[in-house]
Amino acid sequence: MLILHCPYCGRDVDETDLHPGGEAHLKRVGPDADAEAFEQYLFMRENPKGVHFERWRHAYGCGKWFLAARNTATLQVYGTYSAQTTEPPHDIMNAIKEAQA
Amino acid sequence: MKRYSAFAVAREAFRQHTGWTRAWGRAEPKARYDVIVVGAGGHGLATAYYLGKNFGITNVAVIEKGWLGGGNTGRNTTIIRSNYLQDPSAAIYEKSRSLYETMSQDLNYNVMFSPRGVMMLAQTQHEIRGYQRTAHANSLQGVTTEFITPERVKELCPIMNIDGPRYPVLGALWQARGGTARHDAVAWGYARACSDMGMDIIQQCEVTGVQTSDGRVTGVTTTRGDIQCDKLAMVVAGHASVLAQKAGFQLPIESVALQALVSEPIKPCMDVVVMANTVHGYLSQSDKGEMVIGGGTDGYNNYTQRGSFHHIEETVRALVETFPIVGRLKMLRQWGGIVDVTGDRSPILSKTPVDGIFVNCGWGTGGFKAIPGSGWAMAELVAKGHSPLTEEFSMFRFRQGKFIDESVAAGVAH
Ligand SMILES: Cc1cc2nc3c(=O)[nH]c(=O)nc-3n(C[C@H](O)[C@H](O)[C@H](O)COP(=O)(O)OP(=O)(O)OC[C@H]3O[C@@H](n4cnc5c(N)ncnc54)[C@H](O)[C@@H]3O)c2cc1C
Ligand SMILES: [Zn+2]
Repeated sequence: MLILHCPYCGRDVDETDLHPGGEAHLKRVGPDADAEAFEQYLFMRENPKGVHFERWRHAYGCGKWFLAARNTATLQVYGTYSAQTTEPPHDIMNAIKEAQA
Repeated sequence: MKRYSAFAVAREAFRQHTGWTRAWGRAEPKARYDVIVVGAGGHGLATAYYLGKNFGITNVAVIEKGWLGGGNTGRNTTIIRSNYLQDPSAAIYEKSRSLYETMSQDLNYNVMFSPRGVMMLAQTQHEIRGYQRTAHANSLQGVTTEFITPERVKELCPIMNIDGPRYPVLGALWQARGGTARHDAVAWGYARACSDMGMDIIQQCEVTGVQTSDGRVTGVTTTRGDIQCDKLAMVVAGHASVLAQKAGFQLPIESVALQALVSEPIKPCMDVVVMANTVHGYLSQSDKGEMVIGGGTDGYNNYTQRGSFHHIEETVRALVETFPIVGRLKMLRQWGGIVDVTGDRSPILSKTPVDGIFVNCGWGTGGFKAIPGSGWAMAELVAKGHSPLTEEFSMFRFRQGKFIDESVAAGVAH
């Protein structure tokens, strides 16, 4: 079972208490954006075989959204972090680099 | 190719079975092909087969990184039906189902198509309305389905408990000519027929790059060298995004794990296929006697062909109320496949931003049933540049808002 650390509760949480929310760091587009921008925002996904930044919600806990860096080819979790960020923080990027070295 | 027949079986019985030949040849890659199909799953092999059969294009290679049929084609629960809601879906799925009816004769290969009937249970008021609507849509589309009563459900499937306390069976959408087929045989039958037409099926060969020049495909890089081609058909299911990226474009696809399991074999107790979408489970009995059980997908992106155990638990827990008999069974095996899911739960059969590259993917949790129809349509698309069956399934439909919404028909994985 996948276990993720909820950065709000500070607890390790079982997958059954979590709700997956797909790709993280998507840029929401405004009402006057063109069709292509909406397509990007709503449907196009990186879907990498490798490092994936993604949203999770601690559904049966604090109820808050947080973000995780996980490898879709190995299921390794590099770390979790606050959803109030526009890009993965340094310590997460370092953890990924270290794991891949 | 030596034809299979009752006579051939008798003949071989008299000479210690020494006369059987290889079903398909072992091929070395040539320098150039008219068409390269990437992915020797059912859809890729069927595409190659109909390129040869319907369009006389036989300078074709099917390139497979593993072994043929080792992807989702060899991992699915083999449900075949065509009771979808939208017209474009009905057209391609019913074409496919009807091709299954004659596939064994057409390929001279027994694919064990068993039109035993498929029912989708209505266990809430919402589902009754949904399936009645589908039955009406199907009758306009010329797809034979009907909405049946709980009594008829019980008659067709006596092991079912129709008045379960939580989710009683309120009726079902019944397709009498739906059913199952032997998944491996579908891949093997097409492979044998393709090989017989002179096509190369190249296994243990991964496509690692796509070569283009002036916006047009010129060939592929593989683990066994470069191969040139005029046209490239990408038919790699769960790896569609990975391959598209190598050609420089993105797809509206997410890859997730879908699991299934079988029980220990038991005596025949069920001769229909039952799907229970509200509780997310479905069930049929294989020819060997195993109860074949499947459920919903995992929620997160995954390429490992391994899912989370709690999904298996949920699926079985859901089925126990409606099929009390499964509560006493032992699980024999469990496995997973990586399915390619789109936003509207409909497939993509499409031209791409690169000239000469065509993509067939997005069949997600329900593409086994579509193998012959998809191959038929994809071959036409590759050969002619357009096909009436693929028109609505363009990868650009999301930009245009022209969804083919099958989230009800495909609400549960099958
Ligand atoms: C558990 C489970 C149950 C299912 N149940 C049903 C069901 O009951 N009914 C139904 O209709 N559908 C069902 N499906 C869905 C169905 O299995 C798939 O939609 C269908 O088999 C897809 O076929 P395909 O040929 O597109 O893909 P695959 O059979 O996966 O073939 C794609 C091939 O491409 C190869 N490949 C990938 N990348 C490369 C590369 N770079 N180079 C070379 N080769 C590559 C792979 O190795 C693979 O063999 C189920 C799926 C699963 C996982
Ligand atoms: Zn929490």
